[in-house]
Amino acid sequence: MNWSDALIQLQYDLGAPQELSWLVEGVTYFIGAFVIANAALVLALLLIWITRKVISRIQDRIGPNRLGPYGLFQTVADAMKLLSKEDIKPKSADTLSYFIAPILSVVGVLMALAVIPFGAGLIGADLNVGVLYLVALGSIGIMAALMAGWGSNNKYALLAGFRVVAQLLSYEIPMVLAMFAPVLLVGTMRMQELSQAQSLYLGPINLGLGWFVFLLPGAFLIYFIAALAESEQTPFDLLEAESELIAGFHIEYSGMKFAMFFLAQFLNSFFLGAIAVALFLGGWQGPFAGQVPLLGPIYFFAKTFFIYIVIQWIKGTFPRVRIDQMMQFAWKVLVPLVLTLILAQMIIMKLPLPMWLNYVLVLAANIAVVLAVLNIMGDYFKREQVRTKRAFAPKSLIGTMQPVSSSSGD
Amino acid sequence: MLSQWGFVLILSAIAVIIPVAAITLGHFLGPRRPDPVKNETYESGVETIGDTWVQFRAQYYLIGLIFLIFDVEVIFLFPIAVAYQNLSFFSVIAAVTFVVILILGLFLEWRKGALEWS
Repeated sequence: MNWSDALIQLQYDLGAPQELSWLVEGVTYFIGAFVIANAALVLALLLIWITRKVISRIQDRIGPNRLGPYGLFQTVADAMKLLSKEDIKPKSADTLSYFIAPILSVVGVLMALAVIPFGAGLIGADLNVGVLYLVALGSIGIMAALMAGWGSNNKYALLAGFRVVAQLLSYEIPMVLAMFAPVLLVGTMRMQELSQAQSLYLGPINLGLGWFVFLLPGAFLIYFIAALAESEQTPFDLLEAESELIAGFHIEYSGMKFAMFFLAQFLNSFFLGAIAVALFLGGWQGPFAGQVPLLGPIYFFAKTFFIYIVIQWIKGTFPRVRIDQMMQFAWKVLVPLVLTLILAQMIIMKLPLPMWLNYVLVLAANIAVVLAVLNIMGDYFKREQVRTKRAFAPKSLIGTMQPVSSSSGD
Repeated sequence: MLSQWGFVLILSAIAVIIPVAAITLGHFLGPRRPDPVKNETYESGVETIGDTWVQFRAQYYLIGLIFLIFDVEVIFLFPIAVAYQNLSFFSVIAAVTFVVILILGLFLEWRKGALEWS
């Protein structure tokens, strides 16, 4: 049962006239959209709280713990504070793009809510171009960043704006191509059908464990790395490299306008996790989700919060990469690998072999991609370790003291 | 089917109203004490010199162009993916050739140095 059908039926039962069906439908969609958008705003407060708690635990601190139970109302207080801040507009800013940018960044994120399947029948609109719709929305965020960077008329903001556009454009390609793999497997772009396809039947019982991550681990890994970059999280948070750019493209924004960028960023990383769950981690599927419908949304949110906490974990432990390394990783590692993966999957799927052998071959290609990515990342970390050790070797003491025997590094 | 887009339309209207309302509310709730120094462009405490809107590094535009090529090709690829299971042999050959050309194009850009960032 779809949520909108149930709501429409309820209105007819309450005595709505049949000839006003367009109005009934409109009211239904309005209620759905209103509830879901406002729930997302409340969710953002929770997400910020989770981020601060997780990061402070990693850094051996306690984090917010004064306001409310476990400091839950700290973010509410912060939002109130931002609401009461002065709304400053720099006098040389470009008015139109300066004001549209924060609105656009929120719009691009909130619209993604329409196609996220929270449970069986719990999807805003099961569009037949669902995945393509998400791809299209990704570009709105890029537009907002560019408009903010350009419109602020600030040199730091412009630099950060260009950087973030280059970063988001580069990682959009591997992300979209990784989303292509499950679409190719199922043959549909509907998010609900993609979730539905990830079921595993043991006799008549749906175990709900046929997640695509078990079949396409390579595509999932590439999607996850690209999603980290798309949500502007560490190690790809170059746009807010404090030591270089101070704050990023939103440096000239204060009060509520700044809060909008903040909100968009947190919601974006949650939604990218939600899309990963819907496409690769079985969506709302899980043991007994078919029998007990209430378990569906619980599974979905449990998985999504798990992904979100993993993202925060990465944020707390990884150093930031350099821009040239970041661009090279996107174009010379991820894009060729994901293109080869898609090509391999396309050829394997049409081979005249038994079904299970096809799946084994797809899995083998994916494992090869996972190994390649991990190998390249491992090499990078080893090289960086040696480089930082060399950088901290006391070379500056040469001339003032006895030359240091170079036993460091390598 | 078309009414599904009605939901998207209403959601987009709400998605615009929420940030506009929040910013307007903040504008009226916050204090308003403009002064010429406060409204100056921020640059770590010094006055800005010269124009911000200068000609920028060409590499960014190159990345933008390469992105455009790939993104358009991705849009062509998704319909192929949806119909892939029912495609005939020659259509599959065409689709595979399309991806091969994409990969060759990437390597050409690589060889030409368009992907270097120094």
